[in-house]
Amino acid sequence: MVERTPILNFFTHLILFIGFVMAVGPIAIVAIAASHNLAEVNQVPMSLIPGTDFWVNLKTAWTTADLGPKLLNSLIFAGGVAAGKVIISALTAFSLVYFRYPGRHFIFWLVFITLMLPLEVRIVPTYAVIANVLSPYQGLLDATGLTWLIEKVTGIQVSLNMGLLNSSLGLILPLVATATGTFLYRQFFLTIPDELTEAARMDGAGSLRFFFDILLPLSRTNMAALGTIMFLWAWNQYLWPLLITTDPSHATAVTELKQLIPNVGGLPEWHIAMAGTLIVMIPPLLVVVLMQRWFVRGLIATEK
Amino acid sequence: MEKRTTFSKWSVGILFAVPQLLLIFTFFYWPAGQAIFWSLTLQQPWGGGNIWVGLDNFKSILANPDYWNSVTISIIFAAISTSLSMGVALVLAALTDRQLRGSKFYSVVLIWPYGIAAPASAMAFRFILAPEAGFMSIVNHYWPGLWDPGLNGADAMATIIAAFSWKYIGYSFIFFLAAFQAIPRSLIEAAAMDGSGVIRRFWDIQFPLITPTIFFLLVINITESFQDSFGIVDIMTAGGPHNSTNLMVYKIYSDGFKGLDFSGAAAQSIILMLLIIVLTIFQFRFIERRVHYR
Repeated sequence: MVERTPILNFFTHLILFIGFVMAVGPIAIVAIAASHNLAEVNQVPMSLIPGTDFWVNLKTAWTTADLGPKLLNSLIFAGGVAAGKVIISALTAFSLVYFRYPGRHFIFWLVFITLMLPLEVRIVPTYAVIANVLSPYQGLLDATGLTWLIEKVTGIQVSLNMGLLNSSLGLILPLVATATGTFLYRQFFLTIPDELTEAARMDGAGSLRFFFDILLPLSRTNMAALGTIMFLWAWNQYLWPLLITTDPSHATAVTELKQLIPNVGGLPEWHIAMAGTLIVMIPPLLVVVLMQRWFVRGLIATEK
Repeated sequence: MEKRTTFSKWSVGILFAVPQLLLIFTFFYWPAGQAIFWSLTLQQPWGGGNIWVGLDNFKSILANPDYWNSVTISIIFAAISTSLSMGVALVLAALTDRQLRGSKFYSVVLIWPYGIAAPASAMAFRFILAPEAGFMSIVNHYWPGLWDPGLNGADAMATIIAAFSWKYIGYSFIFFLAAFQAIPRSLIEAAAMDGSGVIRRFWDIQFPLITPTIFFLLVINITESFQDSFGIVDIMTAGGPHNSTNLMVYKIYSDGFKGLDFSGAAAQSIILMLLIIVLTIFQFRFIERRVHYR
């Protein structure tokens, strides 16, 4: 900086250090508590010197909450949502930017509006859709009188039914159905020079060829950013997986945390609870650490 | 902004939009419409019939003191946790932006909490703030019974605010730091040359330039505090004690799925939707305005 400010510099270091302790402290406390035994974790005050039972506790938490399969479920779920968003958003943005067809603006607004309503507030009816994913189409047939007409003419009663409760697909699809990524791609596509498209067309490339051979390779940065941010977002979802995975074998790691809350009465087993919390915390934290550059870029680009 | 060069086969173009349209119809528009329909009818749980009741569901909700309690505490929760996380993040970002030794390290580490799921941070803080173990147990050691989130509503509120704010400090920090770094160095150096001190420069130059970010984060943080708080409440307090932490999103869940009152839950969802739509429109207005700043 331009001037010497030793006192201010001292306080800057001090406050940033306090900030560091606040940010990392809780994670450290979880790790330390996870290394104590039952007596040590319940000591007042708890010792900040790590105990010796770290691996034993991790193992106990791992088996108690059955974390192996749950982490795999989380991985499939978060990976599926991230992949779904990356693909579907690219397709939509391509359609909106590179084609001119009637109703294009209407489609733009249909997609845009989905940014406004999070899943949490339409949770009850979305649950009903997952119980029978074809119910919207049955509803359309009923409302237009087609059900009645088909029954009159053919004698067949139409009743569309396909349940997705307790399935990966049921977990993933509703979370893919918002337009977060579409606008990230759209902004990016709009910055690509027209000359590039013209040159491609001159060389005889059709829309498909242009999309796959030119546009997608250019969008790699956006894909990494969007993929990272969506993976984290999905991994950390709680309410939706809690509702639709009634069968424990489909539960995700984050929803399983609740199983580890110590019972009231007797000494609470916080060391096991914290070991489980640590296991569930680590994967997304690793993604943040490894993908920080993309993660930050994605956040700033999608939200603005 | 429009492209000059487009592809002529527009039937192919529409096909590219079809997957998105199918998804948002099935999982967005239909359920949103359904929520409106349910809020105007009396739904029998699990596929009974339904009776048209008009605005009666809304009337009975708005007449229910439990609902107003949940609105009030949601607003208190949003106000305190948003100002706490944004205030701390603003100070940390401003200081990190001074680029002293170690700034790079802080800019990396201070983001970490955002990567942690709300329920996981809830578990961590439930332990740290438990009355019988962890760190607040010291308080009870000297003044027995002074701290008890299980019995005292204000203590319970403090625990959910702590867990939520902690996670969102990292989030606000990212945006504040980006905003500070977008301010040209030369501007600040010129002001320093003219003899204005660090604090003066902050208030007269940096702060006005980051106000769009402040508004943006304000809306995002408030919106998130209405939704993302669910996991924290469910893990830490389950709405208790005595409804003191029964935030709006948690009440929708417990009325709808535990109480099987779908109509009431749907009506509450509609009110929360309207609230979030208003906030979102407000947010887009500011983003549009910020574009004109440049």
